[in-house]
Amino acid sequence: MTANLVNLTIDGIPTQAQAGMTILKAAQQLGIDIPTLCYHDYCTANALCRICVVEVKGARVLVPACVATVQEGMEVNTQSERVQRARRTILEMLYSAVDLSEAPEVEAMANALNVDRQRFPDAEPRHPPLIDDNPMYIRDYAKCVLCWRCVQVCAEDAQYTYAINFKGRGYETQISTFYEVPMPESTCVFCGQCIGVCPSGALKFKRQHLLEMGSTMDEILQMTRSERAGRRRRAEHPA
Amino acid sequence: MLTPDRVVSTVCPFCGVGCNLELHIKDDFIYHVSAPFDSPVNHGNLCVKGRFGGDFLYHPKRVTTPLVRKKPQKPGHRTQAFDLEEWQAVSWDEALELVAERLVEIYRQHGSDALAVYCCAKATNEDNYLLQKIYRALFRTNNVDHCTRLCHAASVVALQMAIGSSAMSNTAAEVIENDVFILTGSNPTENHPIIALQMKAAVRKYGAKLIVVDPRRIEMVDYATLYLPLKPGTDVPLFSAMAHVILKEGLYNRAFIEQRTENFEAFAASMEKFTPEVAEEISGVSRHLIIEAARMYATARNAAIYWALGIPESTHGTANALSLVNLALLTGHIGRRGTGLNPLRGQNNVQGASDMGAMPWHYPGYQRVDNEENARRWEALWNVEPGGLNRRLGLTTTEILSAVGPNGVRALYIMGENPMMSEPNLNHTRQKMTELEFLVAQDLFINESGAFADVFLPAVSWAEKDGTFTNTDRRVQRVRRAIPPRGTARADWEILCDLAKRIERRLGRSQSAYWDYTHPSEIMAEIRRGVPEYGGITYERLDREGGLQTPVWDENHPGTPYLFSESFPRGRGKFHPLEYVPNAEMPDEEYPFVLSTGRVLEHWHGGTMTRHSWMDDLYPQPLVDIHPHDASSLGIQDGDAVRVTSRRASIVLRAHVTEKTNRGVVFIPFHFHEAAANLLTHDQLDPQAKIPEYKAAVVRVSKARAEELAGRPELQRRGRL
Repeated sequence: MTANLVNLTIDGIPTQAQAGMTILKAAQQLGIDIPTLCYHDYCTANALCRICVVEVKGARVLVPACVATVQEGMEVNTQSERVQRARRTILEMLYSAVDLSEAPEVEAMANALNVDRQRFPDAEPRHPPLIDDNPMYIRDYAKCVLCWRCVQVCAEDAQYTYAINFKGRGYETQISTFYEVPMPESTCVFCGQCIGVCPSGALKFKRQHLLEMGSTMDEILQMTRSERAGRRRRAEHPA
Repeated sequence: MLTPDRVVSTVCPFCGVGCNLELHIKDDFIYHVSAPFDSPVNHGNLCVKGRFGGDFLYHPKRVTTPLVRKKPQKPGHRTQAFDLEEWQAVSWDEALELVAERLVEIYRQHGSDALAVYCCAKATNEDNYLLQKIYRALFRTNNVDHCTRLCHAASVVALQMAIGSSAMSNTAAEVIENDVFILTGSNPTENHPIIALQMKAAVRKYGAKLIVVDPRRIEMVDYATLYLPLKPGTDVPLFSAMAHVILKEGLYNRAFIEQRTENFEAFAASMEKFTPEVAEEISGVSRHLIIEAARMYATARNAAIYWALGIPESTHGTANALSLVNLALLTGHIGRRGTGLNPLRGQNNVQGASDMGAMPWHYPGYQRVDNEENARRWEALWNVEPGGLNRRLGLTTTEILSAVGPNGVRALYIMGENPMMSEPNLNHTRQKMTELEFLVAQDLFINESGAFADVFLPAVSWAEKDGTFTNTDRRVQRVRRAIPPRGTARADWEILCDLAKRIERRLGRSQSAYWDYTHPSEIMAEIRRGVPEYGGITYERLDREGGLQTPVWDENHPGTPYLFSESFPRGRGKFHPLEYVPNAEMPDEEYPFVLSTGRVLEHWHGGTMTRHSWMDDLYPQPLVDIHPHDASSLGIQDGDAVRVTSRRASIVLRAHVTEKTNRGVVFIPFHFHEAAANLLTHDQLDPQAKIPEYKAAVVRVSKARAEELAGRPELQRRGRL
């Protein structure tokens, strides 16, 4: 098996790792935690958020540890000033546009990195309207960090249902059903895999949402069918 | 943001997959359900039922206090009472005294044959063990059965005949290790959704080839290499023609046949007549597809067969299942990882209820009741005098109802089942229910069956009690009490212990069979002593190690992910010669369509749970699936009201025009009391397994007026349908 092992150093510690292993996992073996946001152990990694970037000696740019694999002789630095600055800036930009109040892992990360949540005071936060179009769960994309996990578990990572994907570009990018049809009219099977992987409270059980809005359990249980159904019309474009 | 008071790990109460759940609870309200990603069963995934469907336990219609009918019921004039006005709320003491008094009175006057019980594949192993113990040890009857009879009974009988076991041979997750797998009589994307995910991954990510053999064009056909759209009930000729091809082309596993099987010659001779041409004529499937499927299955390195109720629910269900067993024995695709004979079990605990002896022919652990040695062993365990236990085989589910009358069954105890939705030919069932002298229902809701009862005992849901479920791949898992019982409802095992003591006191037996359990773990300790396959299962181990797959012979045994690596329980696997027997009803000019019944993703069986859940919003009304060609020849548009008529009854519901069903076949789910599919089905049984033919009654379809629709009239469109 030694033939498949590669030698590298992570934060100055010499180590061996299986060929093909990501830098993220090799670091974990050494007890070094590289912060992640879009990455999930049970989803395909896409290196979208770039929180997990590390500095690799000789590489021109910072490398995303969730997808970059270990190479012979690699020298990895997971904590350099350049790495810290990149992570800090990513989070500061995220705070300028997204409601992260229900993302405790991001909060912890931000605290550890001394993130200035007001660094971009002139930025315009995204506040698309909450989508309440079915009896099972609500979608509050003001809290969405666009990690793409929900899209992936709806596709090949779990369900093979393909009900949702990105819509829009750049600042307007948002997760949506195709043609923005209400969820019951999409191919959605209401497995809730998307809720299971959402890191920031953007997807939530309707019951939980109603409790948080101040309804009591008894009030929730006495709701009529039409009250539970939410607004079954197409989501309106944010003005 | 809500923070939970507690998060409780437990197991899903719906299907046999046995997904692990985490219930997030605030003020005793389950507001969020997640799944552990490290679970070997569901890897963080759930379906709509597991994720959202547990809310039935909070439904305002839930009964949480014992009830007795205000108007005394007389045999022959028994009526249904859905309205609480017709019931008197009573104390537990009063209700249980009445039940004990009446049951003992009927037992004394008419003997043990006058009593019968339906156990429950939704309840825990411990609940089922106790209920059959009451009827066997106290009332000395084997009239004990549950819905397995209506489900996989023929698979169980066939597997017992051929190999001596009756569960899935392999673990569901091993599907990714198949090179080829056959899926037949099963619609896993709706009925075993998490296994379907693993099957899709097996095809898309691991390169497995899938062969679907089914009269419906189910979603898995999208993932199939071959699709064989057979006519309903032609399974034996089709699978036997595959065996014919494998024999003719010498693709069988000689070494395996010599070392591990018997009766090969007789079997091979009986396959002679099933040429691909004959099979094409009978099944409507091209001979070329049959030949290709046979070659693909036989030449695979690892191949497995998965089936559900399309195989057993037939008047020749045992033969159907044997035709699959024959294929596995012929090719040696059994006894290794990634192979096997895998009947996908329906209920969360149908495997467990069967293991616990909730069946008329077996004590717990599939020990025949007509075997003297077995009877003596259980007499010793239950403090019954030698010769005290009944050695005669009891009545099966469908036989119990047919036997209702002054000279047959007089008193019926129903724990959690709903025969008034799930039995075939419901008008007959209704007639028999009215003739009962005494009926007890133990459930959460007054369903169509409980409405006939004299006494209603409010039980608790899976989230309000402790116990174990055994899933489809024989995995025993812990069910944990997450919230306190609603109202004065009690756990089934507590109700049964209390009732048993009252019965025993009246019977005046010299020794007690023992009912003083303080926790279900103590019941499991007794089960371990009687059932060797559960010998190593303790609550401490389940808490520490998670699920354990039976057989678990002792406390150091790790469990058994796949069976038969060395030998079969009966020694050699036995080939069975087969003949083609047509369905009991065949289409004709008057009744040109074959009706198949089954389930949909959003609902569960008789609807007691899901129709009291918000999930009912997602699929609120019964629909009959009909092929576009058939619909257009009848002038039926999607959404039209139609009347479906069989020789027994007629129902009105909306048409769903879809290519998901093939020409000549219509499909109706059986969850909806407003258009109960089982009014249409017939009650002829498989002679060996006594299972009804739910998948093939003949019907005619005609247009109806929208005003004739019962229940909710508006049509709701869903994207997934």
